Amino acid sequence: MAIDARPPPPQLVAKLRRALGGRSGWKGLLAQVLFVAALFWIGYEIVDNARDNLANQRIASGFAFMSHTAGFGVSQTLIPYQESDSYTRVFLVGLINTLVVSVVGIFFATVIGFAVALARLSPNWLISRIGGGYVEIVRNLPLLFQILFWYLAVLGSLPSPRQSVSVMDSFFLSNRGIVVPRLAGEAGLDGFLVALLIAVAAAIVLPLYARRRLFATGKPMRVWPWVLGLLIGLPLIAFLIVGKPFSLEVPVLRGFNFVGGSRIAPEFVALTLALSTYTAAFIAEVVRAGILSVHKGQMEAGASLGLSRGQTLRLIVIPQAMRVILPPLTNQYLNLTKNSSLAVAIGYPDLFSVFAGTTLSQTGQAIEVIAITMGVYLLISLVTSALMSLYGWRINRSMGA
Amino acid sequence: MSELGSVTPVFVRGEMVPQRPPPVHTPGVLGLVRQRLLNSPTNILLTIVGLLLLYFTVVPTVKFLLVDAVWSGSNRTDCLADKAGHPVGACWPFVQAKFSQFIYGFYPTPERWRVDLVFALGALLLLPLLIPRAPAKTLNAGLFFIAFPVLAFFLLHGGGVQGFGVTWSADLLSGVADSVGGAGRKLAAGGPIGSVIGQALLGLGTVLVWLSWPLVALRDWIQASSQPVWLDLLLTAVAVTALVFILTGVRNGWRALATTVGIFVGIAAMVAALRLDRGGLPVVDTRMWGGLLVTMVVSVTGIVASMPIGIALALGRRSTIPLIRIFSVAFIEFWRGVPLITVMFFATYMLPLFLPGNFTIDNLMRVLIGIALFAGAYNAEVIRGGLNAIPRGQAEAASALGLSYWKTTGLIVLPQALRHVIPGLVNSFIALFKDTSLVSIVALFDLLGQLRAAFADPTWSTPTTLFTGFAFTGLIYFVFCFGMSRYSLSVEHRLNAHRRT
Repeated sequence: MAIDARPPPPQLVAKLRRALGGRSGWKGLLAQVLFVAALFWIGYEIVDNARDNLANQRIASGFAFMSHTAGFGVSQTLIPYQESDSYTRVFLVGLINTLVVSVVGIFFATVIGFAVALARLSPNWLISRIGGGYVEIVRNLPLLFQILFWYLAVLGSLPSPRQSVSVMDSFFLSNRGIVVPRLAGEAGLDGFLVALLIAVAAAIVLPLYARRRLFATGKPMRVWPWVLGLLIGLPLIAFLIVGKPFSLEVPVLRGFNFVGGSRIAPEFVALTLALSTYTAAFIAEVVRAGILSVHKGQMEAGASLGLSRGQTLRLIVIPQAMRVILPPLTNQYLNLTKNSSLAVAIGYPDLFSVFAGTTLSQTGQAIEVIAITMGVYLLISLVTSALMSLYGWRINRSMGA
Repeated sequence: MSELGSVTPVFVRGEMVPQRPPPVHTPGVLGLVRQRLLNSPTNILLTIVGLLLLYFTVVPTVKFLLVDAVWSGSNRTDCLADKAGHPVGACWPFVQAKFSQFIYGFYPTPERWRVDLVFALGALLLLPLLIPRAPAKTLNAGLFFIAFPVLAFFLLHGGGVQGFGVTWSADLLSGVADSVGGAGRKLAAGGPIGSVIGQALLGLGTVLVWLSWPLVALRDWIQASSQPVWLDLLLTAVAVTALVFILTGVRNGWRALATTVGIFVGIAAMVAALRLDRGGLPVVDTRMWGGLLVTMVVSVTGIVASMPIGIALALGRRSTIPLIRIFSVAFIEFWRGVPLITVMFFATYMLPLFLPGNFTIDNLMRVLIGIALFAGAYNAEVIRGGLNAIPRGQAEAASALGLSYWKTTGLIVLPQALRHVIPGLVNSFIALFKDTSLVSIVALFDLLGQLRAAFADPTWSTPTTLFTGFAFTGLIYFVFCFGMSRYSLSVEHRLNAHRRT
């Protein structure tokens, strides 16, 4: 039986089929229509039920509550805040606290993580085993468990302020947290800050310049003495010109608590400790995998060019490892930021704790409050991953990949 | 290029590197010590640092947990230094006193055999599933993933059933018909466009009511009879068996028939054994559950329920149908972008608002739904990785054989993909197991929640109670997570056997 040649399908119809239903054609279109109908139905049911339930509970929906007076205190604020401020202010206070704990946590997690990764890769058997043991123990215990451990067991068993551990009579460690001397600004502060800013800017620009010069002329330039000199020298000169720009306010124990200085709350300390040690274990594995992914021959090639071990690592191995490290490292940073919401368990006033916790229980506006909270975390996640993929894209481009 | 020629290249070694001595093979412990610990001054220094680190961590830990520990006692005074006569380490009597709370929570004591039975059954079904050589994997997996959760629910929660397949589908159908009709009525009262759609929906609702009428009548007849559950079960069994027999074709249908009949006999045996038709075991409210029981229930349910969600989302993300793909991507990115604790709050405070007012849902159940959706989004990405790893040729070969999309996916692509990602899935299960501790924030007393509750007991407040409790709980968590991670490593090792040289 001969098979007749089939006429080619009409182009327009084929294109339309494809555009509307993907590879499955009209069947796909039908699936889409049914899917959308089901989604609409579920959405309608949700809205309808929510409206009925809210009406029954006499809760007004909408965001008007954001301008109402909050009426509760927050233990740690970086922007001025009073009980008479609005819920919007509470939201900002919590958001800033979340960002602070995330940034500090990310910094320490990166430092500890790289250190542990290097320890695991160390040729020394004992050190590598210690690094491995750290990773295994920390990764296999829940983060909430670790936060509570640091907060309840370790920081909770510290002595009271009167018997606090002190270093040089100016740093005090007690169960009320860490009290450190505070810098109080005086007359010449502005000039000093300008000098510091210039120094930092120069310290960022100089290596970039040196790199460009290296690529243009092939002459390496020793950057670090210049940077160090600028960073120390400029502020020093400013210091000499404008006079003492700030004074040190040393905390003093008076009665049952400290006066003066600034206090770092134990909740913050416990949260940062737990978040950074926990995330560090994951970062260590990420970094280790990245460094191991660079072929051994690269190290040998660097040595044969006459580079020192440090130079080979810095100029050849790490940039290549970075491409492998960066995406999972971003994920770890995001996880840390999201995990900082566990602060609610120990009462550190982060976004989740003051907003989805206290504000929700005071106003009962569950839908609005949880939607805002989720939205903020989602926004942080999306912005961070966008920035990091931009960075990864630049690295790839600069390496010609 | 000319630029390069004019400058002296910097990174070219000018001098010869001195010859290094050949590596000496020194086997044994002594060789290891000499080669890997003490072969250079830096290494000696590192070894000393490492030894000091170990000395300052391991020695106090061992001393605390074993040497200085108090092993027996009845209240806090036994764990104080002046009674014990030496500096006190771990206070183990505290753990002994709270042990049953850590495991069962407030589950009533006479009913605790049910929890033990569930733990034992779970272990019995799980072990052969994990051993690669054990036979009958399909049957085993079916029992563990489908039969066991149902059985565990009736054992742990108690209570019976009122009906079976016919009753449930009749309830569902009439519920849908009511909802569609209700929506139509509300919309019809609205504006001009709404009234057109509303009329259409109203018509659809009426049609649905008429369609479901025979089933509803059957349900009412069954419920009016003297043995509603058994009659319903029998009718469902007959209907499903006939359907399966017809769908698989008479020639191949006998095997499917035997399977279906076996499944229904199993269900009947379970109904009879637990007396589900007569109210079943006494109900234990989930508020009484706690400790390791809740931890296990939440994590196992999360694992089992998140798998189908994950597979569906992963397939949806790869689908060529635009709206399904967009929805899957948005769904996955949303759940992955928010912290789990917000998901729990969403489940606890927002979900009840979305459900009809007469429909209350248990707190534990709400949290389980939230966790399943959250873990499903994470699993979807792991499974997508596996799907991407399957060569296109596999799917193309399948369609060349004339298999449909579902057969290609279900028989060719998915089994291979899932095998690829077992280690990744185990990793996400470890994360899920650890994350279950977050339920203690939404007023469920899992292992960690029970630990915190135990700290509040003044009978046992000593300086070392906290450390003892954390040590004990930490050990439980560690054993589970470490066991899982080792298992995943061994699976990875076995799956990659062909890659080793």
